[in-house]
Amino acid sequence: MMRYLGQRALHSAIALGALVMLVFFLVRLTGDPASLYLPIDASVEQRQAFSERHGFDRPVLAQFASFVGDVLRGDFGHSIRKDRPALEVVLEAFPTTLSLAVGTMVIAVVLGVVVGSLAAIRPGGMFDRMSTLTSLGAASAPDFWVAITGILLFAVALGWLPTSGTGGWQYWILPLAVLSLRPFGLLVQVVRGSMLSALGSAYVKTARAKGVGEATVVFVHALRNSGLAVVTVAGDQMVGIVNGAVIVETVFGWPGVGKLMIDAVIQRDFTLVQATILVTATAIFVLNVVIDLLYVLLDPRIRHR
Amino acid sequence: MSDPAATPVAAAAEAVQVRRRLPLWRLLVRDRFALVAAFWLALLVVCMAFGPELLGKAATALDLRARNTPPGSLEKGWLAVLGTDALGRSMLARLVVATRNTMAVALTAITLALLVGGLLGMIAGYVGGWSSHLIMRGADVLQSFPSLLLAVVVLYVLEPRVSNLVVVLAVTRLPVYVRVARAEVLEIRERLFVQAARALGGGRRHILRRHIAPVVAPTLLTILTVDFAVVMLAESSLSFLGIGIQPPEITWGLMVAQGRNHLAVAWWLSFLPGLAIMLAAMSANVLSSWLRTVGDPSQRWRLEAPRGER
Repeated sequence: MMRYLGQRALHSAIALGALVMLVFFLVRLTGDPASLYLPIDASVEQRQAFSERHGFDRPVLAQFASFVGDVLRGDFGHSIRKDRPALEVVLEAFPTTLSLAVGTMVIAVVLGVVVGSLAAIRPGGMFDRMSTLTSLGAASAPDFWVAITGILLFAVALGWLPTSGTGGWQYWILPLAVLSLRPFGLLVQVVRGSMLSALGSAYVKTARAKGVGEATVVFVHALRNSGLAVVTVAGDQMVGIVNGAVIVETVFGWPGVGKLMIDAVIQRDFTLVQATILVTATAIFVLNVVIDLLYVLLDPRIRHR
Repeated sequence: MSDPAATPVAAAAEAVQVRRRLPLWRLLVRDRFALVAAFWLALLVVCMAFGPELLGKAATALDLRARNTPPGSLEKGWLAVLGTDALGRSMLARLVVATRNTMAVALTAITLALLVGGLLGMIAGYVGGWSSHLIMRGADVLQSFPSLLLAVVVLYVLEPRVSNLVVVLAVTRLPVYVRVARAEVLEIRERLFVQAARALGGGRRHILRRHIAPVVAPTLLTILTVDFAVVMLAESSLSFLGIGIQPPEITWGLMVAQGRNHLAVAWWLSFLPGLAIMLAAMSANVLSSWLRTVGDPSQRWRLEAPRGER
């Protein structure tokens, strides 16, 4: 197990290195920050002073070398726009995104598992057809559209919920609802599919023959079987949200990582882009390891040697 | 059928075939959702092919007296049946015209991803060795990269042109095809017919093209239909954020973004294009789940058995 984790960490470190390198050089192609941060009539000397202060006047390769050295010493650089250490800015935004992701997944997994299991009990029945249609719709709806339609309906027309921003529990409802829509739709379909195959299998017949109650058969015996598929889909979706729920964070004005990343790219705040990428990629690595451990926990046949 | 002696044998063979395998279109008719989805997508393809030529003028014609007409009435002419925007342009015509960009970007991107990803995956699976390592690690990096961020950075570096957008979207979808193609090939290459082809002296290229590609293709095509929905949603998101297709070109995603400014006055401006995106994505999803059922021998009977026996 330890060896597996070590190998995994090595692979991720290589991927992370490639990623950081790619981002480092790509963002520098977006343009000169001096033209964004200095007034239009800034003199050539002022521009040069700006570039020198932030180290942009040095050759790109030299910049990269000192960046790598700094990161290895735990220094992620200084954000130009915020005039603060970049790592601090990222770590401030991270909990927002993380809590959104966790909340979304709890809602989506609970609802998805319940609806998917109920749908599988009678395939082709009324509930099954309704839930299939609903879940397909949920999985296909563009999130930005659902978000603004939700704002229009619940915030503007009905006035029940705030339009955007952060605060009490009311501020959580719309973002969570919008974010959990797609994972919910996918999970319903996955759970339904694996439940269908489980309910037709021999061990479920055995359980029924023993006289186990129907609820126990469905929600205990058969459901365990879909655990792996649920973890796969939910994990994949969670990675997506940790990566940045850019749209939802933008529309609802949430100060999360996704919004931070996009803003940093647009404002040519290179150090902030790099810090954001490093932090989220590390978080995703941890998340992937947790997912792998969950596999082992759910299915004793999987053993990583 | 001109040879009379051959007819009975052929007829018998056909009878057996008909009982075993219904033609695809009969299976499509059996599944009502899939049928509706197929019709909808066919309609969209027609709009994509002829829309701008038929309604291009109507989509840009201003009519300031008919500004922000709500949908659902024929009073202002049939073009205003879905309402008009703040400049009095027909929503119906704009939606139809936008179909081309929306669909074409998604279709080109996934086709590109399928061809390049499929080829790389087949090479990784069949040739193995260091080329396989290189390709798979590359796929890992791409997959761990936040795809939206990749798109944002690339579209900032290169200007947001349609061709750049297509390439970016294709690159983000590449890993899926690489992985699936490789996994399939790893299994297929051990089968007898491939070994036979190798024993007969077939070269790598020949075997990959004539013996392996046809077996991998259906799986990749099934993924393609799901990916169509994914890529269309991604393009819409990018256009919504303002870094996808640029005005005066239009796509559904851009229309949602433009309508956002008029949300309180004219809800239909963003609602209808969003609905169009959702219906198209949903149709692609329905059709792909139908394709999966048809392609899966253990599930196909659900469609082949007459109603009531299912």
